[in-house]
Amino acid sequence: MTIGSIPLRFKVDIDPDQCMLCGRCVDNCSYGVFRKDGDAIRVNSRNCVACHRCSAFCPRDAISIYEKPTDYRSHPVWTREVRENIFNQAKTGKIVLAGMGNALPYPIIFDRLVLDACQVTNPSIDPLREPMELRTYLGKKPSSLSLKESADGTVELITKLSPNLQIETPIMVGHMSYGAISLNAQTAIAKAVSRIGTFMGTGEGGLHESLYPYQKNMIVQVASGRFGVDINYLERGAAIEIKIGQGAKPGLGGHLPGEKICADVSYTRMIPEGSDAISPAPHHDIYSIEDLKQLVRSLKEATEWKKPVFVKIAAVHNSAAIAAGIARSSADAVVIDGFRGGTGAAPRVFRDHVGIPVEAAVASVDAKLRQQGIRNKVSIIASGGIRESADVAKIICLGADAVYIGTSALVAMGCRVCGTCYRGQCAWGIATQKPELTKRLDPDVESVHVENLIHGWTLELAELMGAAGINSIESLRGNRDRLRGYMLDEGLLNVLDVKTVGA
Amino acid sequence: MATQIRIDAKGLHYTSLNQKIRAAIADGVKEIIIDNVLGQRFIGNGIRGDDVTITVNGVPGGDLAMFMSGPTIVVHGNADHAPGNTMDKGNVIIHGSAGDAVAHSMRGGKVYVRDNIGYRGGIHMKQYLEKRPILVVGGAARAFLGEYMAGGLLIVLGLTGIPPIEERGVGSGIHGGEIYVRGIIDKNNLGVGAQQIPATEEQKTMIKPIIEDFAQTFGLDSVPLLTSDYSRISPASARPFANKYTWE
Repeated sequence: MTIGSIPLRFKVDIDPDQCMLCGRCVDNCSYGVFRKDGDAIRVNSRNCVACHRCSAFCPRDAISIYEKPTDYRSHPVWTREVRENIFNQAKTGKIVLAGMGNALPYPIIFDRLVLDACQVTNPSIDPLREPMELRTYLGKKPSSLSLKESADGTVELITKLSPNLQIETPIMVGHMSYGAISLNAQTAIAKAVSRIGTFMGTGEGGLHESLYPYQKNMIVQVASGRFGVDINYLERGAAIEIKIGQGAKPGLGGHLPGEKICADVSYTRMIPEGSDAISPAPHHDIYSIEDLKQLVRSLKEATEWKKPVFVKIAAVHNSAAIAAGIARSSADAVVIDGFRGGTGAAPRVFRDHVGIPVEAAVASVDAKLRQQGIRNKVSIIASGGIRESADVAKIICLGADAVYIGTSALVAMGCRVCGTCYRGQCAWGIATQKPELTKRLDPDVESVHVENLIHGWTLELAELMGAAGINSIESLRGNRDRLRGYMLDEGLLNVLDVKTVGA
Repeated sequence: MATQIRIDAKGLHYTSLNQKIRAAIADGVKEIIIDNVLGQRFIGNGIRGDDVTITVNGVPGGDLAMFMSGPTIVVHGNADHAPGNTMDKGNVIIHGSAGDAVAHSMRGGKVYVRDNIGYRGGIHMKQYLEKRPILVVGGAARAFLGEYMAGGLLIVLGLTGIPPIEERGVGSGIHGGEIYVRGIIDKNNLGVGAQQIPATEEQKTMIKPIIEDFAQTFGLDSVPLLTSDYSRISPASARPFANKYTWE
């Protein structure tokens, strides 16, 4: 059988009337699309991944990139993607790896939920004039308070409070490890979150020395590979997160190939240079919900109960019951990572087909915890496919306390969602460890972009709340009355506990 | 200032017990003896102090010495699961047997278990530069010994019978480090990615001081251990999964 060459995914055109042969495209493309040939730039479109680095740096707008320049015979079942996947596996007999989040056109629940606003009967609040309370505390809240009044009238709090994280906006940046992304990218995020007063996750790659100045805004992750984990690491973090699962590949571990383990990544992960970093699918000291409780408590014992411990799970069918177990494990927050969550690399079949949307998972987790009277025992952090401030507002209405963003923060630093992170050739210096590429990302400049994004979303969130007559994020949380479902079926409306538009 | 203290753990919760241990270390105590230990988990979690020795009389619960960095813990009794879990530095000496996942993800120091261990012993042990964890088991081990091992040294002596492991999955997914067992294990019990080769004289010389130290620690005769034949189980490849994937 001869499959022959697969049609081009992208076609790169250079307008010769515009091109001034400056060669910036040649220098910027890390995939080998361009080469200078005398008085022309030659193009090899087959290498193009549409990361737009060339066109973004072309001073004359001479470059155009077209997707799918060759048509297949169209067919609703045998789509281009289905056919090309078969070609690939027919040639290789292997598991297909893909990058970024879910690429199938499932309906997006966020886009079928609409927010409320005040008209006449209750006035909206102007955030310019009135204070809007967006500060959020993540962690356990006591179910009741015991107070003692002494003879001189002073009141003393008897209840022992659990440590909480204070965030100035309910938007944090999720766990993207050093190894998956570059140190410059992590540094940019670290600078941004510390200026804003929010937090970022380290991912399972340890904490690089140069990030120690930002450690009070870092949530350190403990995943199944335990890379970079020692007592110093645990003590440096403001909180500790146990990663059980990830929305992009529920049920799987991780696998950072040896070629990405450069000297510095090796040092931070505490593994030899060039060796594969394999995170097993389960934690091999957690085979049950009771074992999870032991790891949570073990981490707390090791850090003398001074730090909140979060548990991150992928959104799957039984998330609500699992979260109820987590809430009883001494954990302080549960992170629900929906099936749109991004990743550097995941088997395509998992990325596209395993897990459930974060909207449904968060709503059901919140409902289950309330039914069982344990909602105060954990905060809920939603992640996976949070694209804009409206998504933040909606997921908070569905019961989340805060969100993690990932891909959005990368896009703020230049990422074009080309989805080829697993190649390690990222022309934007984000998902690569090659020094000539990582140096393209200036942490000072990009930290401003990430900060701007979170700041912009926070302003919009305040406006949305004000329009709904709400001046505190506490009043938005779980406030499903501020949502209506538009063209959602009855089953889903029931799960979300949201009424239909018009009702 | 006393350099030695005794703690009675009878009826004591693990958090209170650990607080006493930490307070003693902070006070400069070098030798801590804990009596009547009965299932308290997390003993010595995350503690530091290279010159501190803790003697545990009784049966500690799971995750003994997890994240520990420096001290020596000697257990007179059996230990529950995962002693030495993600341990960084120091020693755990168990005069008895231990449960599953002994030395899980251990990155430095040594764990000696005089008798037997449960499933997944030494799973995902790793090493980096001068940090090379060592797990030595006197007796036998159950299935999945050294699974996903990424570094370090694991020795099973089989004092209760040779070969010391007769269950499957030995070294499955191993991509670093090495396992030595006395005798030869059935090749059907080797996990995916593992290979077994008789240990060379050079390799036996390398493990000799460790075996001698182990024998001395538990008052055993090292001669029969040193004159035996060993098999070395190591990665068939440093990249066990390299051929599993293709790009989209």
